[in-house]
Amino acid sequence: MAFLHAAGTASSGPKSGLRSKSWTPYLLLAPGLIWLITFFIFPIVSLASTSTMVRPEGAQIGTYVQELRFQNYIDAFTANQEQYIRSFVYAAIATILALAISYPLAYMIAFKSGKYRNILLVLVVAPFFTSFLLRTVAWTQILGDEGPIVSTLKLLPFIDDSMRLTSTPFAVISGLTYNFLPFMTLPLYASLERIDPRTLEAAGDLYANGLTTFRKVTVPLSMPGVVAGTLLTFIPAAGDYVNAAILGNPNTKMIGNVIESRFFAVVDYPTAAALSFTLMATILILVTLYIRRTGTDELV
Amino acid sequence: MTLTAIPTPSLSHRTSRWFSRNLIRIYAVIAFIYLFIPVAYTFAFSFNDAGKSNLIWQGFTLDNWKNPCGAPQVCTAVANSLKIGILSTIFATILGTMIAFAIGRHKFRGGKTTNLLIFLPMATPEVVLGASLLAMFLNLRINPGFWTIVIAHIMFCISFVVVTVKARIASLDPRLEQAAMDLYANERETFRFVTLPLVMPGIAGAALLAFSLSFDDFIITNFNSGIVTTFPKFVYISSARGIPPEANVIGSAMFFIALIIVVVGQIVSRQRKKS
Repeated sequence: MAFLHAAGTASSGPKSGLRSKSWTPYLLLAPGLIWLITFFIFPIVSLASTSTMVRPEGAQIGTYVQELRFQNYIDAFTANQEQYIRSFVYAAIATILALAISYPLAYMIAFKSGKYRNILLVLVVAPFFTSFLLRTVAWTQILGDEGPIVSTLKLLPFIDDSMRLTSTPFAVISGLTYNFLPFMTLPLYASLERIDPRTLEAAGDLYANGLTTFRKVTVPLSMPGVVAGTLLTFIPAAGDYVNAAILGNPNTKMIGNVIESRFFAVVDYPTAAALSFTLMATILILVTLYIRRTGTDELV
Repeated sequence: MTLTAIPTPSLSHRTSRWFSRNLIRIYAVIAFIYLFIPVAYTFAFSFNDAGKSNLIWQGFTLDNWKNPCGAPQVCTAVANSLKIGILSTIFATILGTMIAFAIGRHKFRGGKTTNLLIFLPMATPEVVLGASLLAMFLNLRINPGFWTIVIAHIMFCISFVVVTVKARIASLDPRLEQAAMDLYANERETFRFVTLPLVMPGIAGAALLAFSLSFDDFIITNFNSGIVTTFPKFVYISSARGIPPEANVIGSAMFFIALIIVVVGQIVSRQRKKS
């Protein structure tokens, strides 16, 4: 922090000099931005370059040379189309479920919790103090063949004895929904909490009933939270491979699982890079369209 | 919850009205139960007399809590996670706070590009961040290990620190700084005795966030760790055979430690507001 002080004294501006034009802001920005350029931008460029590489005939495994082979993208996509589409479908379902679960919860904390508000907010985040992986493993026990849910369901006459919940798409989507829930709840809460209660009263004064007020006032005003929450849930869910690996089976593999195995098990870096790049590009396009559509450009 | 006409109205009427009025509270209770079930499971199985399999309940024991390092490698992994977490938190907090002050307190060219550069890592899936860093390290013939994990963690924590600290700076009343300057404090003194103490809770919050992001990260770590094992990686690797109960002990202990830190923080900030 000594650096900050030195930078602060060097610029002796006028009285409102905190906003003075000098090299101070550039000095403050430089180290962090250089870090991001070196370890975020440069790797992305490196990934783009790897994605068009080819392994020369007879070369050692893991050796690739640049041949600008864009066909890699088409090959990678056609070979993994199924996992690719599945990732987006699973992520979309999980996001919608998380929104449905979180909205009433965030609404309750924002409007009905009174003096318990802070405690409830801590409770929303608290489960995430245990490791993400431990919680996912716990779901394999909860949904497992010997677990409470399956054994209870099996008591019902119309449930087949061979019923399973783990290693199913249901388990993977449940895991995704659960794991990213606070990323949905917290932005929703933040935007609901900012609503002036007087606007809701005004709607009531104008003879709107509870449902109409909710539909025409509360929901539109909470849109920034809905957009932020869905993005914060959808993006990590689409790229996740932990839930599919722990809770799924070979038929529920997502694109993250393919990228991981291409990198480590198969040592096929170009395909992994092409897939990562396609994933990132698709997400950025979807995010841009979504933000345009919902008219919340100021978020970014 | 519709009210139906039932011969004995008063009691059932009242119950159903109570239900419809408290529907959202009842819902919240169920939602919180759902959120905490996996935590309860993790905690319960830390007392499992596991033997060979920790997947099903075998009997109660305190042995796991008495000797949490009992399982091979588990404490090495935790120690690695702690070291990586502390190092990345320190660097990410310093770098991120500097950026936040530049954005919040200064005018400069290239503001839009800066914002984009900070936003993008948060909008990129972890698997892409991890894969791209590994692609770069491999292209540069750098073997992944402890330091590549630290580098990666600092990278993805910076953006979160910037966002948190920037929000705190934006919420400050500029009149406080003006008042200090009116009282003949120079810029350096104003920063040291007024601005920094006021922003400190934001910086502390950002550091806690960075630490928890780093400690819990798996995907980026897995790509850039080589043979080094962190706690989440340990859990992932052993999840196929069922994780040892000692890992549950560590997970539960982390939960309670974090809870205590947050609760103490809340109490302290409330008392400060009162005084």
